[in-house]
Amino acid sequence: MTTAVDRPKTQSEIEAQQWLHMYRRMVMIRLFEEQVNDLYTRALMPGLAHLYIGEEAVAVGVCAALEPADYITSTHRGHGHCLAKGAALDRMFAELLGKEAGYCKGKGGSMHIADPDTGNLGANAIVGGSAGIATGAALSAKRLKTGQVAVCFFGDGALGQGLLYEVMNMASLWKLPVIYVCENNLYNEYTHNSETAAGDMLTRAVAFGLPALTVDGQDVRAVYQMAKAIVDRTRLGAGPTFLLCNTYRFMGHHVGDINREYYRSKQEEQMWKTERDPIHLLSDWMISQNLADRARFDQIRSEVKSEVEKAVQFAIAAPYPAPDKADQDVYA
Amino acid sequence: MPETRELTMAEAVREAMAEEMRRDPRVFICGEDIAEAGTVFKVLTGLVDEFGTERVLDTPISEAGFTGIAVGAAMTGMRPIVDIMFGDFSTLVMDQMVNQAAKVHYMSGGKWKVPMVMRATLGATRRSAAQHSQSLHAWFCHIPGLKVALPSTPYDAKGLLKSAIRDDNPVVFFEDKMMYKLKGSVPAEDYTIPFGVADVKREGTDITIVATSSMVQVALGAAQMLEEHDISAEVIDPRTVWPLDEKALIASAKKTSRVIVVDEGYGRYGVTAEIASVIAEGAFFDLEAPVKRIGAMHVPIPFSPPLEDATVPNEQTVFEAAKALCGR
Repeated sequence: MTTAVDRPKTQSEIEAQQWLHMYRRMVMIRLFEEQVNDLYTRALMPGLAHLYIGEEAVAVGVCAALEPADYITSTHRGHGHCLAKGAALDRMFAELLGKEAGYCKGKGGSMHIADPDTGNLGANAIVGGSAGIATGAALSAKRLKTGQVAVCFFGDGALGQGLLYEVMNMASLWKLPVIYVCENNLYNEYTHNSETAAGDMLTRAVAFGLPALTVDGQDVRAVYQMAKAIVDRTRLGAGPTFLLCNTYRFMGHHVGDINREYYRSKQEEQMWKTERDPIHLLSDWMISQNLADRARFDQIRSEVKSEVEKAVQFAIAAPYPAPDKADQDVYA
Repeated sequence: MPETRELTMAEAVREAMAEEMRRDPRVFICGEDIAEAGTVFKVLTGLVDEFGTERVLDTPISEAGFTGIAVGAAMTGMRPIVDIMFGDFSTLVMDQMVNQAAKVHYMSGGKWKVPMVMRATLGATRRSAAQHSQSLHAWFCHIPGLKVALPSTPYDAKGLLKSAIRDDNPVVFFEDKMMYKLKGSVPAEDYTIPFGVADVKREGTDITIVATSSMVQVALGAAQMLEEHDISAEVIDPRTVWPLDEKALIASAKKTSRVIVVDEGYGRYGVTAEIASVIAEGAFFDLEAPVKRIGAMHVPIPFSPPLEDATVPNEQTVFEAAKALCGR
């Protein structure tokens, strides 16, 4: 007996599933970050956190183009990259709360999530500090002929760091399978990048012989399609590429950065939030294409919401590491 | 009888790397002018002929960049050896060594490892002035997550370097550039020297001279002079300053009751300070005198030969300090 379930899916159905998957990931990051903000505000989270809200399409679009074994390096604003690469919500929250069950046994925290199982070489709290690590992972992939590629995520602030230029030069000389993904959210902490980055961003990479491309970082479909094309050619040995993703940080530099009018206007923030929200842009487009209806998105959001809540409860209930663990893991 | 040969320090270092590269295809070297040039000190001469330019990898003059690349390569299956031509250029790689290499294992809760070696040189009196003469090894000892080796003989250099390459942690390996031509016996068969094990280079009963790297030969020379004055000096070399063989240093101090620590780095907050403190805490009731420290003069290393020579401990200064400490 033939049922509807057995019917082969059409191309557009497959695509719709793919976009819905990315929608789910973006919502997961959004709700994760909102929860982080809430935990911080309720003084349940030690330290501070740099939220990825508004930039979800970059991590999700790029990571959707990667294989599980591919490498990423991330930044201080890294929760989105980790989740997009496959990190589990509960262990993420546990790490942010400094619990033993966290990805780093509570030793890393918000800015240092690392996970070999998902190819995450680690978030890095030194701006641009992971550019060498990502490039080195690409060197390993090339030498060991594993076919992996490495993605180095960094913000426009990292364009001020010399390390980036040193390693892009070597990656180009040695044709390494690494993709430098610059998330241009316009601000280096509290300073607009018109005050920090002279000249053109793309030509910095062009000078080293890297193909340099720009994409609308709020449009997850565009990010994914461009990333996929780059990843495919990188895997075939084309060498490094620089991808500039224009995006926007909806929140402050970190959770405590509330009054921001001295460096950017409320109107500017409002414009991005209402007109350039990557999650709405995707759902609106899918609805306009009849690929899904509003109810489907509501359902996904509600499913993710309960996953996030469950994960937070897990993390809150999880035990702290015993103080005598402080001097473990210093040396391998 | 196992075969031993007389090798220079440079030959011993080169042989250690060649053997490890033969043993393990994941080992590679990167740095400036290391392939056809074989480094400015010619330590790596010939390696490129055997291993090719992918494993003896010439880099641009980008110390931070290639050290960072080594960190990432080490995390993902390779075992890099980074060649930092002059230890003075350590300043350029500090973020990669201190904030990245040293912390990756701990920050990841023990999941990622960084099996890499950073080789660098130390030592003055090459008339190279203030930016090519420093001994900055103490900086790295200060950082949890790093290990620091300071060989003083060809035998130690080969055995310690092989251990460093096989270690799953980042190891900083300092070679005294004035000692590359020093000869010593080195066995032909495979051997390693474990970290954290000091070596008594000369036994004695009246005073202990703890010496590292370039200062071991100086200490041995001073001990010879002391013998002529009927003072029996023990010379002990920790060989790795982290991990540090505290037990052996304290035991020697207890035996002789007088201690001088000599190291070519700056004394202030330096290796001598740490070792003197370890001995003071561990052997206090057995000491006849406060532990004496001798390090480089606290100035940028000057160029002019008489000025430069005045900044570095030598046999005479160690001899005089030891004699005074023994009340002679």
